[in-house]
Amino acid sequence: MANEVTLTIDERQVTVPAGTLVVDAAKKIGIDIPVFCYHPKMEPAGMCRMCLVEIGRPMIDRATNQPVLDENGLPKISWMPKLETACTNRVEPGMVVKTQLTSAKANDGQNATVEFLLTSHPLDCPVCDKGGECPLQNLTMAHGPGKSRFLYDDKIHLAKRLPLGDLIFLDRERCIQCARCVRFQSDVASEPVIGFYNRGRSLEIVSFSDPGFDSVFSGNTSDICPVGALTTADFRFGARPWELDASASICTQCPVGCNVTLNTRREAKADGQIVIKRVMPRQNEQVNETWLCDKGRFAYHYTESEKRLTRPLVRKDDKLSRVSWNTALTRAAEGLTANKKNFVVLASGRLSNEDLYNLKSLADGMGGQALLYSDMGGGELTALVGVSEGTNLGAMGKGDAILVVASDLYEEAPIWWLRVKQAADRGATLIVVNPRETKLDKHASFAIRYAYGDEVKTIDDLNGKGKIAEAFAQAQNAVVLFGSEGLGLEGSSALAAACAKLLSNTNHVGRPNNGLIGVWPRVNDQGAFELGFQPIADLAAELKGKAVYIVAADPTGDDPALAKALNGAKFVVAQDILETATTELADVVLPAQAYTEREGTYTSGERRVQRFYPVVPPRGDARPDFAVTAQLAREMGYILEGTSAFLVFDLLTESVESFRGLDYTKLAEVTEQWPIVGRNDLYYGGTTYENKQGLGAHLSSAAGRGSLTLPSPKGRGAKALRPKEDELLAVPVTKLYDMGVTVVDSELLANRIGEATVALHPSTAEKLGVEAGDEVKLNLNGGQVEVRARIDESISAGVVLVPRSFGLALREPSAVGLKSRAKVKA
Amino acid sequence: MTHILLRHRDIPDIHKLDVYQRNGGFAAFKKAVTEMKPEDVINVVKASVLRGRGGAGFPTGMKWSFMDRNNWPHYVVANADESEPGTFKDREIMESNPFQFLEGVAIASYAVGANAAYVYLRGEFWQVAHFLDERIAEMEEAGFLGEKLFGKDYSLKIYTHLGAGAYICGEETAMLESLEGNLGQPRIRPPFPPSYGLYGKPTVVNNVETLTNVPMIIANGAEWYKSMGTADSPGNKVFSLSGRIKKPGNYELPLGATFRELIYGQGGGIIDDRPVRAIMAAGASSSMIVADDKALDTPMDYASVRTLGADLGSASVIVIDDTVSLDWVVNKTIHFFKHESCGKCTPCREGNYWMQHLTERIHSGEGTQADVDLLYTVAKQMQGKCLCALGEFATMAVVTGIERFPDDFKSAVRS
Repeated sequence: MANEVTLTIDERQVTVPAGTLVVDAAKKIGIDIPVFCYHPKMEPAGMCRMCLVEIGRPMIDRATNQPVLDENGLPKISWMPKLETACTNRVEPGMVVKTQLTSAKANDGQNATVEFLLTSHPLDCPVCDKGGECPLQNLTMAHGPGKSRFLYDDKIHLAKRLPLGDLIFLDRERCIQCARCVRFQSDVASEPVIGFYNRGRSLEIVSFSDPGFDSVFSGNTSDICPVGALTTADFRFGARPWELDASASICTQCPVGCNVTLNTRREAKADGQIVIKRVMPRQNEQVNETWLCDKGRFAYHYTESEKRLTRPLVRKDDKLSRVSWNTALTRAAEGLTANKKNFVVLASGRLSNEDLYNLKSLADGMGGQALLYSDMGGGELTALVGVSEGTNLGAMGKGDAILVVASDLYEEAPIWWLRVKQAADRGATLIVVNPRETKLDKHASFAIRYAYGDEVKTIDDLNGKGKIAEAFAQAQNAVVLFGSEGLGLEGSSALAAACAKLLSNTNHVGRPNNGLIGVWPRVNDQGAFELGFQPIADLAAELKGKAVYIVAADPTGDDPALAKALNGAKFVVAQDILETATTELADVVLPAQAYTEREGTYTSGERRVQRFYPVVPPRGDARPDFAVTAQLAREMGYILEGTSAFLVFDLLTESVESFRGLDYTKLAEVTEQWPIVGRNDLYYGGTTYENKQGLGAHLSSAAGRGSLTLPSPKGRGAKALRPKEDELLAVPVTKLYDMGVTVVDSELLANRIGEATVALHPSTAEKLGVEAGDEVKLNLNGGQVEVRARIDESISAGVVLVPRSFGLALREPSAVGLKSRAKVKA
Repeated sequence: MTHILLRHRDIPDIHKLDVYQRNGGFAAFKKAVTEMKPEDVINVVKASVLRGRGGAGFPTGMKWSFMDRNNWPHYVVANADESEPGTFKDREIMESNPFQFLEGVAIASYAVGANAAYVYLRGEFWQVAHFLDERIAEMEEAGFLGEKLFGKDYSLKIYTHLGAGAYICGEETAMLESLEGNLGQPRIRPPFPPSYGLYGKPTVVNNVETLTNVPMIIANGAEWYKSMGTADSPGNKVFSLSGRIKKPGNYELPLGATFRELIYGQGGGIIDDRPVRAIMAAGASSSMIVADDKALDTPMDYASVRTLGADLGSASVIVIDDTVSLDWVVNKTIHFFKHESCGKCTPCREGNYWMQHLTERIHSGEGTQADVDLLYTVAKQMQGKCLCALGEFATMAVVTGIERFPDDFKSAVRS
């Protein structure tokens, strides 16, 4: 190919794309040039001076513009007088590179840098969290001098425990000033909340945000730190890396489906149990690359909550008491069979594909209903025109368009935010359509603002003429991400339909990097929709008087109206991993295994099916959901596969068209990924794990299979809800850190979660006599709640933003009354 | 002789606009804008063989011609960060002959098509910056800066910008970082500022003294300029003379004048008429020149000084006599470089810190010959590995001091 370059490194020829850095070209042929400041995901800085090599170029005769040849007819090489950094020099045709392997000069140069680094480094490897996976330690052990020429008494002593924020600690003595963390935050995350202060040996990493290190990507800096300078509050002095086992999993905090590796060890302080010590990203260049957000990294502690259900419970004399599995299953089957005609399965997207498949089969087999517990709809459309094979946000750029509507992506799916932002950085047209300013706006080519309730109209308008409409229509590829900012089930379903229509009208369906993505509230909502689950508008009415099998959902705790409805249910079986308000009122409680204790698959919002694997032993007598459902079905006289997840998956792929052709082996396949992570070598990408357990596989889409018929939109018309004079429009919004059951038990995040607050525009607040921090009374669902108010200039007047999963039940936008409590008192 | 740079020494009140104008001021700028194409201006400066006075001696016209013509806008930045110990020439020029400097900035801007120029001054020069701001305002009022200059389609604004007191910001790419509001640390070169400079745009960075030459060259022509100095290094140079000298100060001499002429002819000789032992020709970044007769009779131009194993640099000549031990001088320079190392690259950050411990130990009499040997190898180990020239500068006095004056170190340490 014309844009390939052939060069010689350590007497071996290598051909790489033009523009490749020498350090990467060497890595391609297995030559590790040691680096500290260079990271394959960032622009080179050339500052640590570790990767010194000799570089020569063919001598060119200026007159003829031809290479000068020596007596053997080979090109004469003109060597650079000084050693060069392999991380800043790009390959050139005929270039000759000598690394430490073939050049004594390069080897000496690298040794000099190691010696310099070690003069100020404390070498406290025996107590350092990075010890065992540290390139400086490895390099020192391999090549470092046995004796220090630097006097120990001259060593600089600096602070060893400096919190940069709640989650990340800095050890200034260990820091080698490579700026990887600073560059990650400014160049990769676009959140430059840390930086260097002072100069020379006093150079110090500081955070100048309030709260400190205010970024949801902060944990990544600890991964890519090439020494133990940045440690997480979670893992700091938690274990030695070599004691840890590693198991592959999928993050369950949002629909991105980040690939993760969970490190575990058996430890005395956990009574000899195997416990999770940390969550690390696992490379999947098509999903999360080598990154992970802090919620995914730190919220896993909910699986270890004291509220975990470990034994089956049955209600006797109005109290739940422990029983055997047999008793519980028999009791549950009796209760459900007795009300067979009114059988409802209510399950959430926290469950795996296998769990949901068995639940759907049971509901279908018994003639009942399978309801998805979700306030966001439109999944039947993402199943039709969702993105499919070959889609990779990381490959989108110039000529492509990405539209984000009704979603504060940073709060809802941080890694998508990162990848969408990067696509925009690469030149993709980013159109952000939101009722208020979000963090994505500053990266957008176009930002459209609408009043809550006008989302459908706003998207419909993009079918017409205009600069933005044309930019979208003419894009080579286009993806739409829609969320549920300010929307309930009805509104989000209508929005999905409008987005599907826009994509279909502009021919952005059925091809890679084209289609609709739902920014769902849960990890596997997409899977639930694919398997035929549907949410229902009036859930309360649907539950009343029914026999309900509730799995991985807590309607009672979420909404007083649903609690009332369930109180009026005939019979309730609740299956969950944690005690909830719903398990409290259930007739039978069945303990389920957390995702860390079993295997299964999730379908990401990008419709990628990915496997997760057992990490720790199950708690108590808990069983996997799909198995419990199969056992319960058997008691009810209906046979389902329940022995292993892969057998359930095989049955699933036979009956669900979009899954056809997939199996566990295919999901576990890995193809070569670039860049190489280099976790254990000196070409050091960080402690991110290499992916050896599978990249997953995409579902096919109906549009891709060539059978697209969009259903006619249902639900209410385009008329937006407008509150009366003395009312406000209350709209639900999503916060990354909330009080949901899968977050709140992680004590580390307590400060990030904070307390529930509702947001008002300054003019609205003034009108109501509310000041920032005041308690206000809010009429919600016929009840009254007291909550603190905050003032936010970026929202519109006349609305009140109510955060989801903070104990404030608002499932649909509603007109509400709001009073300042001070006023109420007066 | 007649000064062409320190003209205030010949013409009183040349810092006043009317006096400057009466003495030919702004005629060159007007001539350039109204009668010459930008490339003509570059060609005249090229033909004059004016070399950069900041230290590197790079041909100025050549630098201007490297500006990427496919990437706009262009910028000119005047390097007034004068921070080299022993260098104090730019300050005198700016304080006393400000319009000639500013006219040089204006001509350079016209030559490279820049409509904005920045004068980056070290933070301690806040009074100079204030003074220049007033002069710039006068130029704007008089129609020498602003829109449609001399009725032509050329506009120019000049801004002053104060650093925060960092030697490293005299390095051109660190200066650009600082000017952009970032931490003052050098960038990797290449790319050089003429292709990727301020805000990523093509930028010419020139020293104050360099730019002060430009109006005279445009006014009098390249041939006139080449009639001064040597063929390799034409023109006059301001030499900042300091150290053990009777009359320290700035002296404007043609390039190629000898050290003897500067030290004895102009500077009045050594204090107490003691013998000169060593010369640092380029401030603290200098190699130590052994001040024998051969050295004293060496012409001070870029090529000749190199034959002494040293560089002319910014021509900040520090004279050292027999009352001063070289280990003291080296300790001083290392304290300076350790203090000023920006910390971006490992060898400079760690090497200077290490060397300071060694020079301090040696100078305090606590050191041994092993410390001297180690100091020498640490300095050698830094050489050729640093990200910018500052790291190299730090090693110069150490390496040449130990090589050329070993006895000073021997007597400083415990035997």
